Amino acid sequence: MKIEILGMGCPSCRKLEENVKKAVAELGVKAEVEKIEDIAKIVEYGVMSSPALVIDGKVVSAGKVLSVSELKGMMGGK
Amino acid sequence: MLQEFADWLAYSVFGLAKESHLGAAVNFFVYDSIKVTLLLVIVVFLVGVIRTFITPQKVKKWLGGRREGVGNIFAALLGVPTPFCSCSAVPLFIGFVEAGVPLGVTFSFLIASPLINEVAATMLFAMFGWQIAALYIGSGLVIAIIAGVVIGRLKLEKEVEEFVYRIKAKELEEKDMTWKQRADFGVDESKRITWMVLPYLLLGIAIGGLIHGYAPSDFLTGIAGKGNPLAVPIAVIAGIPLYSNAAGMVPIVGVLISKGMATGTALAFMMAVIGLSLPEMIILRKVLKPKLLAIFVLILFVSFVITGYLFNAVLG
Repeated sequence: MKIEILGMGCPSCRKLEENVKKAVAELGVKAEVEKIEDIAKIVEYGVMSSPALVIDGKVVSAGKVLSVSELKGMMGGK
Repeated sequence: MLQEFADWLAYSVFGLAKESHLGAAVNFFVYDSIKVTLLLVIVVFLVGVIRTFITPQKVKKWLGGRREGVGNIFAALLGVPTPFCSCSAVPLFIGFVEAGVPLGVTFSFLIASPLINEVAATMLFAMFGWQIAALYIGSGLVIAIIAGVVIGRLKLEKEVEEFVYRIKAKELEEKDMTWKQRADFGVDESKRITWMVLPYLLLGIAIGGLIHGYAPSDFLTGIAGKGNPLAVPIAVIAGIPLYSNAAGMVPIVGVLISKGMATGTALAFMMAVIGLSLPEMIILRKVLKPKLLAIFVLILFVSFVITGYLFNAVLG
Protein backbone atom coordinates (compact mmCIF):
# COMPACT_ATOMS: atom_id res chain seq x y z
CA MET A 1 0.00 0.00 0.00
CA LYS A 2 1.27 3.42 -0.90
CA ILE A 3 0.22 6.34 1.29
CA GLU A 4 0.86 9.93 0.29
CA ILE A 5 0.29 12.94 2.51
CA LEU A 6 -0.31 16.13 0.53
CA GLY A 7 0.44 19.40 2.24
CA MET A 8 2.75 22.34 2.08
CA GLY A 9 4.23 21.93 5.51
CA CYS A 10 1.62 23.49 7.77
CA PRO A 11 1.22 22.23 11.34
CA SER A 12 -1.90 20.22 10.51
CA CYS A 13 -0.05 18.46 7.67
CA ARG A 14 2.69 17.38 10.06
CA LYS A 15 0.07 16.18 12.52
CA LEU A 16 -1.55 14.06 9.81
CA GLU A 17 1.81 12.57 8.88
CA GLU A 18 2.41 11.64 12.52
CA ASN A 19 -1.02 10.01 12.77
CA VAL A 20 -0.46 8.07 9.54
CA LYS A 21 2.82 6.69 10.85
CA LYS A 22 1.19 5.70 14.12
CA ALA A 23 -1.71 4.01 12.33
CA VAL A 24 0.66 2.09 10.06
CA ALA A 25 2.71 0.96 13.05
CA GLU A 26 -0.35 -0.05 15.09
CA LEU A 27 -1.90 -2.00 12.22
CA GLY A 28 1.44 -3.55 11.35
CA VAL A 29 0.72 -3.22 7.63
CA LYS A 30 3.36 -2.81 5.00
CA ALA A 31 3.06 0.69 3.64
CA GLU A 32 5.23 3.19 1.93
CA VAL A 33 4.53 6.63 3.40
CA GLU A 34 5.49 9.67 1.42
CA LYS A 35 5.00 13.37 2.08
CA ILE A 36 4.26 15.47 -1.01
CA GLU A 37 5.03 19.16 -0.65
CA ASP A 38 5.23 20.08 -4.33
CA ILE A 39 2.26 22.34 -4.96
CA ALA A 40 1.93 21.31 -8.62
CA LYS A 41 1.60 17.65 -7.64
CA ILE A 42 -0.88 18.46 -4.89
CA VAL A 43 -3.11 20.39 -7.25
CA GLU A 44 -2.87 17.73 -9.95
CA TYR A 45 -4.71 15.42 -7.58
CA GLY A 46 -7.56 17.96 -7.62
CA VAL A 47 -7.03 18.74 -3.95
CA MET A 48 -7.84 22.30 -2.84
CA SER A 49 -7.65 22.04 0.89
CA SER A 50 -4.73 20.65 2.76
CA PRO A 51 -3.77 18.34 4.31
CA ALA A 52 -5.02 15.60 2.02
CA LEU A 53 -4.49 11.86 2.11
CA VAL A 54 -3.93 9.67 -0.93
CA ILE A 55 -3.97 5.89 -0.67
CA ASP A 56 -2.79 3.95 -3.72
CA GLY A 57 -3.24 6.95 -5.98
CA LYS A 58 -6.76 7.76 -4.80
CA VAL A 59 -7.65 10.84 -2.75
CA VAL A 60 -9.48 9.57 0.32
CA SER A 61 -9.64 12.75 2.39
CA ALA A 62 -8.96 16.45 1.99
CA GLY A 63 -8.81 19.34 4.42
CA LYS A 64 -8.95 17.22 7.54
CA VAL A 65 -6.48 15.92 10.09
CA LEU A 66 -7.71 12.35 10.40
CA SER A 67 -7.36 10.65 13.75
CA VAL A 68 -5.33 7.47 14.18
CA SER A 69 -8.49 5.39 14.53
CA GLU A 70 -10.08 6.90 11.40
CA LEU A 71 -6.86 6.19 9.52
CA LYS A 72 -6.79 2.61 10.74
CA GLY A 73 -10.33 2.15 9.43
CA MET A 74 -9.32 3.45 6.00
CA MET A 75 -6.20 1.36 5.80
CA GLY A 76 -7.83 -1.76 7.25
CA GLY A 77 -10.34 -1.73 4.41
CA LYS A 78 -7.57 -2.29 1.87
CA MET B 1 -29.35 33.03 34.72
CA LEU B 2 -25.72 33.11 33.60
CA GLN B 3 -25.23 36.45 35.32
CA GLU B 4 -26.59 34.98 38.54
CA PHE B 5 -24.18 32.08 38.25
CA ALA B 6 -21.27 34.46 37.69
CA ASP B 7 -22.36 36.58 40.67
CA TRP B 8 -22.68 33.51 42.85
CA LEU B 9 -19.27 32.15 41.84
CA ALA B 10 -17.41 35.43 42.19
CA TYR B 11 -19.05 36.83 45.33
CA SER B 12 -20.23 33.76 47.26
CA VAL B 13 -17.85 30.95 46.30
CA PHE B 14 -14.67 33.00 45.97
CA GLY B 15 -15.88 35.46 48.59
CA LEU B 16 -14.84 38.54 46.62
CA ALA B 17 -16.32 41.91 47.39
CA LYS B 18 -18.76 43.23 44.79
CA GLU B 19 -17.06 46.60 44.65
CA SER B 20 -13.51 45.25 44.37
CA HIS B 21 -11.56 45.28 41.10
CA LEU B 22 -10.81 41.59 41.44
CA GLY B 23 -14.45 40.76 42.08
CA ALA B 24 -15.51 42.67 38.97
CA ALA B 25 -12.76 41.04 36.92
CA VAL B 26 -13.63 37.48 38.01
CA ASN B 27 -17.33 38.06 37.53
CA PHE B 28 -16.73 39.45 34.04
CA PHE B 29 -14.46 36.52 33.18
CA VAL B 30 -16.89 33.81 34.33
CA TYR B 31 -19.93 35.38 32.73
CA ASP B 32 -18.30 36.16 29.40
CA SER B 33 -16.42 32.92 28.95
CA ILE B 34 -19.48 30.74 29.59
CA LYS B 35 -21.79 32.82 27.40
CA VAL B 36 -19.36 32.97 24.49
CA THR B 37 -18.45 29.28 24.69
CA LEU B 38 -22.09 28.19 24.62
CA LEU B 39 -22.84 30.35 21.60
CA LEU B 40 -19.71 29.18 19.81
CA VAL B 41 -20.58 25.50 20.21
CA ILE B 42 -23.96 26.11 18.58
CA VAL B 43 -22.81 28.42 15.78
CA VAL B 44 -19.82 26.28 14.81
CA PHE B 45 -22.06 23.21 14.66
CA LEU B 46 -24.49 24.97 12.29
CA VAL B 47 -21.70 26.36 10.12
CA GLY B 48 -20.13 22.88 10.05
CA VAL B 49 -23.35 21.40 8.66
CA ILE B 50 -23.57 24.21 6.06
CA ARG B 51 -19.95 23.53 5.19
CA THR B 52 -20.76 19.98 4.06
CA PHE B 53 -22.80 21.56 1.25
CA ILE B 54 -20.15 24.09 0.24
CA THR B 55 -16.98 22.16 -0.50
CA PRO B 56 -14.15 23.87 -2.41
CA GLN B 57 -14.86 21.53 -5.34
CA LYS B 58 -18.44 22.75 -5.60
CA VAL B 59 -17.48 26.39 -5.13
CA LYS B 60 -15.00 26.04 -7.96
CA LYS B 61 -17.72 24.71 -10.26
CA TRP B 62 -20.24 27.38 -9.23
CA LEU B 63 -17.77 30.18 -9.82
CA GLY B 64 -16.16 28.87 -13.00
CA GLY B 65 -16.72 31.28 -15.90
CA ARG B 66 -18.89 33.64 -13.81
CA ARG B 67 -18.85 37.24 -14.84
CA GLU B 68 -17.53 40.09 -12.82
CA GLY B 69 -20.03 41.58 -10.41
CA VAL B 70 -22.39 38.67 -9.84
CA GLY B 71 -19.35 36.39 -9.60
CA ASN B 72 -17.71 38.60 -7.00
CA ILE B 73 -20.87 38.73 -4.89
CA PHE B 74 -21.25 34.94 -5.05
CA ALA B 75 -17.59 34.43 -4.25
CA ALA B 76 -17.69 36.72 -1.21
CA LEU B 77 -20.86 35.07 0.12
CA LEU B 78 -19.46 31.57 -0.38
CA GLY B 79 -16.28 32.65 1.38
CA VAL B 80 -18.16 33.33 4.62
CA PRO B 81 -18.87 29.78 5.82
CA THR B 82 -15.75 28.33 4.21
CA PRO B 83 -12.92 27.68 6.61
CA PHE B 84 -9.60 29.10 5.68
CA CYS B 85 -6.14 28.02 6.55
CA SER B 86 -3.29 29.96 5.03
CA CYS B 87 -1.68 26.68 3.96
CA SER B 88 -4.71 25.97 1.74
CA ALA B 89 -4.60 29.39 0.08
CA VAL B 90 -2.27 28.27 -2.69
CA PRO B 91 -3.97 25.02 -3.76
CA LEU B 92 -7.29 26.85 -3.61
CA PHE B 93 -6.02 29.71 -5.75
CA ILE B 94 -4.59 27.36 -8.38
CA GLY B 95 -7.69 25.19 -8.36
CA PHE B 96 -9.92 28.22 -8.99
CA VAL B 97 -7.75 29.68 -11.75
CA GLU B 98 -7.47 26.27 -13.37
CA ALA B 99 -11.26 25.89 -13.35
CA GLY B 100 -11.65 29.20 -15.18
CA VAL B 101 -12.76 31.30 -12.24
CA PRO B 102 -11.85 34.91 -13.17
CA LEU B 103 -8.95 36.38 -11.19
CA GLY B 104 -11.04 39.12 -9.55
CA VAL B 105 -13.69 36.60 -8.49
CA THR B 106 -10.98 34.33 -7.06
CA PHE B 107 -9.71 37.24 -4.99
CA SER B 108 -13.18 38.05 -3.67
CA PHE B 109 -13.28 34.51 -2.28
CA LEU B 110 -9.72 34.63 -1.04
CA ILE B 111 -10.42 37.84 0.89
CA ALA B 112 -13.83 36.92 2.32
CA SER B 113 -12.81 33.47 3.52
CA PRO B 114 -10.37 34.47 6.29
CA LEU B 115 -11.76 37.98 6.87
CA ILE B 116 -15.28 36.91 7.72
CA ASN B 117 -14.95 34.28 10.35
CA GLU B 118 -17.88 32.68 12.17
CA VAL B 119 -15.96 32.56 15.45
CA ALA B 120 -15.24 36.30 15.34
CA ALA B 121 -18.83 37.09 14.30
CA THR B 122 -20.27 35.00 17.14
CA MET B 123 -18.02 36.62 19.70
CA LEU B 124 -18.78 40.13 18.47
CA PHE B 125 -22.46 39.27 18.74
CA ALA B 126 -22.05 37.92 22.27
CA MET B 127 -19.97 40.82 23.50
CA PHE B 128 -21.26 43.85 21.59
CA GLY B 129 -24.66 42.90 20.22
CA TRP B 130 -25.95 42.14 16.76
CA GLN B 131 -25.33 45.58 15.28
CA ILE B 132 -21.56 45.33 15.57
CA ALA B 133 -21.59 41.71 14.36
CA ALA B 134 -23.70 42.73 11.35
CA LEU B 135 -21.41 45.68 10.61
CA TYR B 136 -18.43 43.34 10.70
CA ILE B 137 -19.98 40.79 8.32
CA GLY B 138 -21.48 43.44 6.04
CA SER B 139 -18.32 45.49 5.70
CA GLY B 140 -16.24 42.33 5.22
CA LEU B 141 -18.50 41.33 2.31
CA VAL B 142 -18.34 44.79 0.75
CA ILE B 143 -14.55 44.84 1.03
CA ALA B 144 -14.23 41.38 -0.55
CA ILE B 145 -16.57 42.27 -3.42
CA ILE B 146 -15.05 45.66 -4.23
CA ALA B 147 -11.44 44.56 -3.85
CA GLY B 148 -12.15 41.61 -6.17
CA VAL B 149 -13.81 43.85 -8.77
CA VAL B 150 -10.88 46.29 -8.64
CA ILE B 151 -8.32 43.49 -9.06
CA GLY B 152 -10.39 42.10 -11.95
CA ARG B 153 -10.50 45.51 -13.66
CA LEU B 154 -6.78 45.99 -13.35
CA LYS B 155 -6.23 43.02 -15.70
CA LEU B 156 -3.45 41.49 -13.68
CA GLU B 157 -3.55 37.98 -15.15
CA LYS B 158 0.09 38.34 -16.22
CA GLU B 159 1.08 39.00 -12.63
CA VAL B 160 0.24 35.43 -11.64
CA GLU B 161 3.20 33.03 -11.76
CA GLU B 162 3.17 31.25 -15.13
CA PHE B 163 3.28 27.72 -13.75
CA VAL B 164 -0.21 28.22 -12.34
CA TYR B 165 -1.68 28.28 -15.85
CA ARG B 166 0.14 25.10 -16.89
CA ILE B 167 -1.25 22.93 -14.12
CA LYS B 168 -3.95 20.46 -15.06
CA ALA B 169 -5.95 19.28 -12.12
CA LYS B 170 -7.84 16.03 -11.90
CA GLU B 171 -11.48 16.17 -10.96
CA LEU B 172 -11.91 15.03 -7.40
CA GLU B 173 -15.05 12.95 -6.96
CA GLU B 174 -17.15 13.65 -3.95
CA LYS B 175 -19.45 11.24 -2.27
CA ASP B 176 -22.93 12.38 -1.37
CA MET B 177 -23.44 12.67 2.34
CA THR B 178 -26.44 11.63 4.37
CA TRP B 179 -27.98 14.03 6.90
CA LYS B 180 -26.53 11.89 9.67
CA GLN B 181 -23.03 12.33 8.21
CA ARG B 182 -23.55 16.07 7.86
CA ALA B 183 -24.68 16.35 11.48
CA ASP B 184 -21.71 14.22 12.61
CA PHE B 185 -19.40 16.53 10.71
CA GLY B 186 -21.01 19.53 12.43
CA VAL B 187 -20.52 17.92 15.85
CA ASP B 188 -16.88 17.10 15.05
CA GLU B 189 -16.23 20.63 13.85
CA SER B 190 -17.94 22.10 16.86
CA LYS B 191 -15.78 20.02 19.21
CA ARG B 192 -12.59 20.60 17.29
CA ILE B 193 -12.95 24.35 16.82
CA THR B 194 -14.27 25.01 20.31
CA TRP B 195 -11.32 23.15 21.85
CA MET B 196 -8.95 24.91 19.52
CA VAL B 197 -10.17 28.44 20.27
CA LEU B 198 -10.97 27.96 23.95
CA PRO B 199 -7.45 28.70 25.25
CA TYR B 200 -7.26 31.87 23.14
CA LEU B 201 -10.74 32.84 24.18
CA LEU B 202 -10.07 32.37 27.89
CA LEU B 203 -6.74 34.14 27.66
CA GLY B 204 -8.30 37.01 25.73
CA ILE B 205 -11.15 37.34 28.20
CA ALA B 206 -8.75 37.06 31.16
CA ILE B 207 -6.54 39.83 29.80
CA GLY B 208 -9.69 41.74 28.99
CA GLY B 209 -11.04 41.22 32.50
CA LEU B 210 -7.82 42.41 34.11
CA ILE B 211 -7.61 45.57 32.05
CA HIS B 212 -11.34 46.05 32.50
CA GLY B 213 -10.96 45.94 36.25
CA TYR B 214 -7.75 47.93 36.60
CA ALA B 215 -7.01 50.40 33.80
CA PRO B 216 -8.80 53.76 33.87
CA SER B 217 -11.55 53.95 31.27
CA ASP B 218 -10.07 56.88 29.37
CA PHE B 219 -6.68 55.18 29.13
CA LEU B 220 -6.62 55.11 25.30
CA THR B 221 -8.89 58.04 24.54
CA GLY B 222 -6.01 60.42 23.91
CA ILE B 223 -3.95 58.27 21.53
CA ALA B 224 -6.57 56.11 19.86
CA GLY B 225 -9.82 57.95 20.40
CA LYS B 226 -11.72 59.85 17.76
CA GLY B 227 -9.57 62.91 18.27
CA ASN B 228 -6.56 61.32 16.57
CA PRO B 229 -7.17 61.04 12.81
CA LEU B 230 -4.02 58.93 12.33
CA ALA B 231 -5.17 56.24 14.75
CA VAL B 232 -7.00 54.22 12.05
CA PRO B 233 -4.13 53.86 9.54
CA ILE B 234 -1.65 53.16 12.34
CA ALA B 235 -3.91 50.48 13.82
CA VAL B 236 -4.30 48.85 10.38
CA ILE B 237 -0.56 48.95 9.64
CA ALA B 238 0.10 47.37 13.01
CA GLY B 239 -2.57 44.73 12.43
CA ILE B 240 -1.77 43.52 8.90
CA PRO B 241 1.43 41.55 9.56
CA LEU B 242 0.12 40.22 12.87
CA TYR B 243 -1.59 36.91 12.96
CA SER B 244 -3.83 35.98 15.79
CA ASN B 245 -6.66 33.66 16.34
CA ALA B 246 -9.95 35.54 15.88
CA ALA B 247 -11.14 34.15 19.21
CA GLY B 248 -8.35 35.88 21.08
CA MET B 249 -8.77 39.12 19.17
CA VAL B 250 -12.38 39.92 19.99
CA PRO B 251 -12.03 40.16 23.79
CA ILE B 252 -8.97 42.35 23.34
CA VAL B 253 -10.84 44.57 20.90
CA GLY B 254 -13.56 44.81 23.53
CA VAL B 255 -11.06 46.05 26.05
CA LEU B 256 -9.50 48.53 23.64
CA ILE B 257 -12.95 50.00 23.04
CA SER B 258 -13.88 50.12 26.71
CA LYS B 259 -10.63 51.97 27.42
CA GLY B 260 -11.31 54.71 24.92
CA MET B 261 -10.23 53.43 21.50
CA ALA B 262 -12.80 54.48 18.91
CA THR B 263 -14.98 51.50 17.86
CA GLY B 264 -14.20 51.85 14.15
CA THR B 265 -10.47 51.97 14.84
CA ALA B 266 -10.68 48.83 16.98
CA LEU B 267 -12.72 46.97 14.35
CA ALA B 268 -10.35 48.02 11.56
CA PHE B 269 -7.47 46.73 13.68
CA MET B 270 -9.24 43.41 14.22
CA MET B 271 -10.01 43.00 10.51
CA ALA B 272 -6.41 43.74 9.63
CA VAL B 273 -5.20 41.10 12.08
CA ILE B 274 -7.52 38.29 10.97
CA GLY B 275 -7.92 39.25 7.29
CA LEU B 276 -4.31 39.30 6.28
CA SER B 277 -1.10 38.11 7.84
CA LEU B 278 2.57 37.84 7.05
CA PRO B 279 2.56 34.01 6.78
CA GLU B 280 -0.32 34.24 4.32
CA MET B 281 1.51 36.82 2.18
CA ILE B 282 4.63 34.66 2.13
CA ILE B 283 2.64 31.66 1.01
CA LEU B 284 0.72 33.63 -1.65
CA ARG B 285 4.02 34.84 -3.08
CA LYS B 286 4.38 31.30 -4.52
CA VAL B 287 1.58 32.02 -6.98
CA LEU B 288 1.49 35.82 -7.19
CA LYS B 289 4.25 37.96 -8.60
CA PRO B 290 5.43 40.75 -6.26
CA LYS B 291 3.42 43.41 -8.08
CA LEU B 292 0.09 41.61 -7.69
CA LEU B 293 0.88 40.72 -4.09
CA ALA B 294 1.66 44.39 -3.36
CA ILE B 295 -1.57 45.52 -5.04
CA PHE B 296 -3.53 42.95 -3.05
CA VAL B 297 -2.06 44.14 0.26
CA LEU B 298 -2.51 47.80 -0.67
CA ILE B 299 -6.16 47.36 -1.63
CA LEU B 300 -6.88 45.60 1.66
CA PHE B 301 -5.01 48.29 3.60
CA VAL B 302 -7.06 51.05 1.97
CA SER B 303 -10.31 49.11 2.50
CA PHE B 304 -9.66 48.54 6.21
CA VAL B 305 -8.73 52.18 6.74
CA ILE B 306 -11.88 53.41 4.97
CA THR B 307 -13.96 50.95 7.02
CA GLY B 308 -12.40 52.25 10.22
CA TYR B 309 -13.16 55.90 9.41
CA LEU B 310 -16.64 55.02 8.23
CA PHE B 311 -17.49 53.16 11.45
CA ASN B 312 -16.02 55.92 13.57
CA ALA B 313 -18.29 58.36 11.76
CA VAL B 314 -21.39 56.15 11.85
CA LEU B 315 -21.06 54.83 15.39
CA GLY B 316 -20.54 58.30 16.77
